[in-house]
Amino acid sequence: MAIDKNSTGYTFLFSIAMVVVVGTALAFTALSLKDRQDANAADKKMMDILGAIGVSADRTNANTLFAEYVVERVAIDLDGRQVSATSTAVDPKDKADPFSINVKKDYRASIKSAVKAADGDEAALAAALSDKDLQFPLFRCVTDSGQNLYVIPVVGSGLWGPIWGYVALEEDMTTIFGANFDHKTETPGLGAEIKESFFTDKFKGKKLDVEGSALFSVLKGGAPTDENSVDGITGGTITSKGVDEMINRTLKVYLRYFESQTRAQR
Amino acid sequence: MSTETAAATAKKESLFSKKNRKLLVDPLDDSNPITVQVLGICSALAITVQLQQAVIMSLSVLFVMIGGNVIVSLLRNMIPDRIRIIVQLVVVASLVIIVDQVLKAFQPDISEKLSVFVGLIITNCIIMGRLEAFALGNKPGPSFLDAIGNAMGYAWILLAVSIVREVFGSGAISLPGMGQVKFLPTEWFMSEGGFYENNNLMILPPMALITVGIIIWIQRSRNQALIEEN
Repeated sequence: MAIDKNSTGYTFLFSIAMVVVVGTALAFTALSLKDRQDANAADKKMMDILGAIGVSADRTNANTLFAEYVVERVAIDLDGRQVSATSTAVDPKDKADPFSINVKKDYRASIKSAVKAADGDEAALAAALSDKDLQFPLFRCVTDSGQNLYVIPVVGSGLWGPIWGYVALEEDMTTIFGANFDHKTETPGLGAEIKESFFTDKFKGKKLDVEGSALFSVLKGGAPTDENSVDGITGGTITSKGVDEMINRTLKVYLRYFESQTRAQR
Repeated sequence: MSTETAAATAKKESLFSKKNRKLLVDPLDDSNPITVQVLGICSALAITVQLQQAVIMSLSVLFVMIGGNVIVSLLRNMIPDRIRIIVQLVVVASLVIIVDQVLKAFQPDISEKLSVFVGLIITNCIIMGRLEAFALGNKPGPSFLDAIGNAMGYAWILLAVSIVREVFGSGAISLPGMGQVKFLPTEWFMSEGGFYENNNLMILPPMALITVGIIIWIQRSRNQALIEEN
């Protein structure tokens, strides 16, 4: 070959050509598969929301069951004011649909650092988040027996990475109907157990302590519990604390909404 | 093999010559990437709880392995020596990203379970090892066979370990698209009030290591040439 393949010029040219080819190929793959992936993610979200109200759905029927049980999707702001509400069919592409609010992204982008900086100081946290223009989705569901349920997505931090879940409240807006949690990288056998039913079942029937200092507590493993707390996971203390933190922080926002709703009804 | 096909393959530069057959068969036993070369152990331990994960993982590795070996072999006279590792890494990483994207689109549940391990195929020593040791110095044909051989050597260990672990750990077998099929009636399981309890140790990571160890033991007792001299 006439070209010296070890010359600097050739090496540069080769790298540039390689990057262009690889970049094009990957961009093409990602774009052509994006619609399917987004649909899968939306299905998963619906399955999780339905799971919180005790309806088990799989990927094939998530859409129909969601349309059947979830009667209204509401977006509220940090002060608990309703921003928008809709009950039409879910369109995952519609950015204005409360279903499309990406709570995980909001948490990662603004809430996480604010929580850390506030270090338990609620006023400081509220002040830090007030200019962020955050929206919180709420899913109102009606069960087969005609019971009204409110499903609230919660996001927080575990030991190694993000944890998230859905908490379903009953019509009185203080009794927990059900909850489910998931995680990205918690320790298997310890923190990762938050997604198991033995843990999530403990939340059923518990009440939020609206008057007290904390709405709800996830206690250190083995501690005695009352109706406002559940037993955490032994050996998964940091993850349990994360569950505690995300429930308290998120539900406070929704309680402001619920209060304004009940006032309006009176 | 019939004489007709044998003659046809002989003409095509004998793709199935004795030397080439060795490329295909050797990694299954004598130079198995997992049990003999002890490469790629990490993923073999992590994703063998269920057979369906192992099947998808094996197919992914097979695809990346073949793609990587053939592409690097085709480019072997063009790749500048100084950046050859980076080039190999880019080839492998791109193939892995494609696999990951395709899984996310078509097998979302399994993709979720495999999570980071698909991404970790990039750092799977078997793949980089074969690219560096074989594909850089051989024609695409033999590289293709070498890739199949090594991926299969990896795959059969993965499948064997996952079958053992799933049967004894969950009392079931699962295949992609079929879900998990339990061997015993549900009411026999202790959680449903029956008498049969799954062995939970099988689900935990140490049991994968022990299972691989037992496979190595059986393999070396059958194939004494593999036993190292002290």
